Amino acid sequence: MTTSNPIGTPSHPHPGAAAALDRYRRSARWKPLEYLFWCLPVLAYFAFPGNYLLLSQIAITSLFALSLDLIFGYAGIISLGHAAFFGVGAYTVGLLGSNGYGDPLLGLVLAAAAAAALGFLSSFLLLRGSDLSRLMVTLGVALMLYELANKFTSVTGGVDGMPGVEIKPILGLFDFDMFGRVGYVYSVIVLFVLFWFARRLVHSPFGQSLRGIRMNALRMPALGVPVNRRLVTVYTIGAGYAGVAGALLAQTNAFVSLDVLSFQRSADLLLILILGGAGHLYGGLLGAIVFVIANYLLSDMNPQYWQFWLGLILVLVVLFARGGILGTARLWIESSRQRAQSRARTESPS
Amino acid sequence: MSPVLQTHGLVRRFGGFVATDHVDLSIAPGARHALIGPNGAGKTTLINLLTGYLEPSEGRVELMGRDVTRMPQYERARLGLVRTFQINQLFMDMTVLESVALAVSERSGLGTRWWRPLSARGEVIDEAAAILERLKLLSDAHATTRNLAYGRQRLIEIALALALRPKVLLLDEPAAGVPTGESQELFETIAQLPRDVTILLIEHDMNLVFRFAERISVLVSGALLLEDAPEVIAHHPRVKEVYLGEAHV
Amino acid sequence: MTILFDGIAAGMLLFLISVGLSVTLGLMNFVNLAHGAFAMLGGYACVVLLNDYGVPFLATLPAAILVPALAGIVLERTLYRRLYAASDLDQVLFSIGLVFMSVAAAHYFFGAQQQPLHLPEFLSGQIHLPGVDIGVYRLFLIAAGLAVAVLLQWSVIRTSFGARLRAAVDNQRVARGMGIDVNRVFSLTFALGSALAGLGGALGVEMLGLDPEFPVKYMVYFLIVVSVGGSGNILGSLYAAILLGVADVAGKYYVPQIGAFIIYAVMVATLIFRPHGLFGRPHK
Repeated sequence: MTTSNPIGTPSHPHPGAAAALDRYRRSARWKPLEYLFWCLPVLAYFAFPGNYLLLSQIAITSLFALSLDLIFGYAGIISLGHAAFFGVGAYTVGLLGSNGYGDPLLGLVLAAAAAAALGFLSSFLLLRGSDLSRLMVTLGVALMLYELANKFTSVTGGVDGMPGVEIKPILGLFDFDMFGRVGYVYSVIVLFVLFWFARRLVHSPFGQSLRGIRMNALRMPALGVPVNRRLVTVYTIGAGYAGVAGALLAQTNAFVSLDVLSFQRSADLLLILILGGAGHLYGGLLGAIVFVIANYLLSDMNPQYWQFWLGLILVLVVLFARGGILGTARLWIESSRQRAQSRARTESPS
Repeated sequence: MSPVLQTHGLVRRFGGFVATDHVDLSIAPGARHALIGPNGAGKTTLINLLTGYLEPSEGRVELMGRDVTRMPQYERARLGLVRTFQINQLFMDMTVLESVALAVSERSGLGTRWWRPLSARGEVIDEAAAILERLKLLSDAHATTRNLAYGRQRLIEIALALALRPKVLLLDEPAAGVPTGESQELFETIAQLPRDVTILLIEHDMNLVFRFAERISVLVSGALLLEDAPEVIAHHPRVKEVYLGEAHV
Repeated sequence: MTILFDGIAAGMLLFLISVGLSVTLGLMNFVNLAHGAFAMLGGYACVVLLNDYGVPFLATLPAAILVPALAGIVLERTLYRRLYAASDLDQVLFSIGLVFMSVAAAHYFFGAQQQPLHLPEFLSGQIHLPGVDIGVYRLFLIAAGLAVAVLLQWSVIRTSFGARLRAAVDNQRVARGMGIDVNRVFSLTFALGSALAGLGGALGVEMLGLDPEFPVKYMVYFLIVVSVGGSGNILGSLYAAILLGVADVAGKYYVPQIGAFIIYAVMVATLIFRPHGLFGRPHK
């Protein structure tokens, strides 16, 4: 039962506006740069045949960063404990694998389900209170899980890792080889599929409502939006994605140890997402690429130096390049476009 | 005719302070109703209570005959009770079009759709564009909200409300922060809304109030002092007393 | 009983370190996860003077107070100030960055090992009372903590600085409008908070240990004190810190298998039911 439209049906928009509207209508389509980006994993396959394990790590970290981007970059939920879901996914695979249920696809599904379930349950803790209490709840949940895993080392293997994790071949055909080739292709495919879903999600009405919630949570109920329901949904999805990332790690390495739940992992992830730029989907991927490669190239470096520079970069990004790589790039593009527009306007009076 | 929006003994306390004092408000369908009162009288608090942003300490709110006192804000908005904010509450990093399209999509019940992009939904875009055109915002459709002047942003605030196809529209000082020339235009737009939209308006600009309102309620210290036709209110000694602080004989 | 005393003493340490964080959070609304780094700085100042230069323990405390205070003023003026208006996330990220940097620096300068600390004779040993053995140092800690708490509460309520501080916490804009130099209040408060943290860090070397991971290890504890006690609430911090200290020590003693898990679970539970802390009030 709706009232008549008080505005009436659209008549004739201005000609300039029509072009702009068209541009918006096409805004969800895949751009050339995106096609280019997704050639990279394919190129890397051929260009770096000795580094499949490293490349897998990039893909997995990208997926992990993507999961955080969904809940933070789009919905605005700050989390210092996202590793909790990563770890749950990894340990699910570990438990399945060490008990004979090593089928990878089954592992992925169950890991996603377990992580999503935890995400769903803990999301209710986030709905009340300030940003600070939310931060601490996410931190607390992750720490609790870490302690649990630490205490039950008979099951989890603790810091040394879970013993006897066996991963069966994918679809019964593709066995994980020790060079990580199969693992890499597998990880990239999973990453791409989940990325594709995430991309549709953020452009959808639901995704746009998340942006609205992040930008102005006060306004949204006044627009008829049940904010809490949306937040629970996206947090669950983000948790599930993180769980898949953790599962991939456990499967490609056939190994899971306590560090999948560590605070360091959560903190590094935040850094990765901020570095690449949150809220653009590709920011997390970019950040993951930069981070993992830098970590690898500088692995001979004293770990303290690495941590120091990480900290410094984080400080500098927050102070000076807040949007990260993609955010800053977008600002440049927009300001040069605005300058071009104003130049065009002054040069050609109409 | 039964009132479209009604309160019974509405009270809101903040600790010891009574912000809303046993208000019995009754808005007729299709009304052009104004709520005036000195600063601090509790007008925005009343709007917050009506929309569900605040919970009352006592009393009831009825929307189109339904008791909505316990109903959350978003459900009331879905029933057609829409408000604008005194200070712009916008999506600063969205473009104007994106913001209004979001409002339209939510009203259309598309908010949970997660597959097809919002930008690909022609009906939504068309409707959003029509609203922008009506408010003369179309030229700024692609501007980021943050970059617009406050007066233009105020129009977006109205656009968002209109996108929801309100049955009852609560306007909290719509002209606040808008340059005088533009506020005339704003009121023209509001005045031209059809009669199946009921309007409750909070305003300080008395010219606009008296030109627009058919009925005026005066709120003082959280309580309804008077409610009557504009001519009566304009000459009522108590109203002058309340606004000017002393009676003029 | 000894456990109770140990717990209260631990609580006092947590209070000393966390009260600065509570006040700066309540005052500047700044989420400073790097607060533990100032405590660590005080700890290292004390230890270096004590072990390398033979300065008596109590005489090192002024250094443990001043060095972090100075660091606090410098950092507040140059870096923290830029982010007061920034989002909570930015502040969190920034302070995490500082944590990383301080931990790495500590590793570099002092090595990864626990710092040894030998208490002076008159602070060591135990007092034997019927039914309970009280460590002398624990008693000293409790006394010091109470003294600081009383002093702080008094100065906040009685002195003009305290009045200005309370005004600025309550409503920054109005305070500025009244001519209160809010920036100066911020700097001084930050310095004071850091100084107290340094004192806590130095006093805590014996009980909490001192190694480069200190700011990370205890970060959660400080956050618990602040969120449970309510930001900006000095007495609230005291109560919360004591509760936490006792719970932690008792937990480690009675149920060592679960240890920290219970602390975190209680923290999460508290935040769910009382998002503004057990003792705090909602902050604007």
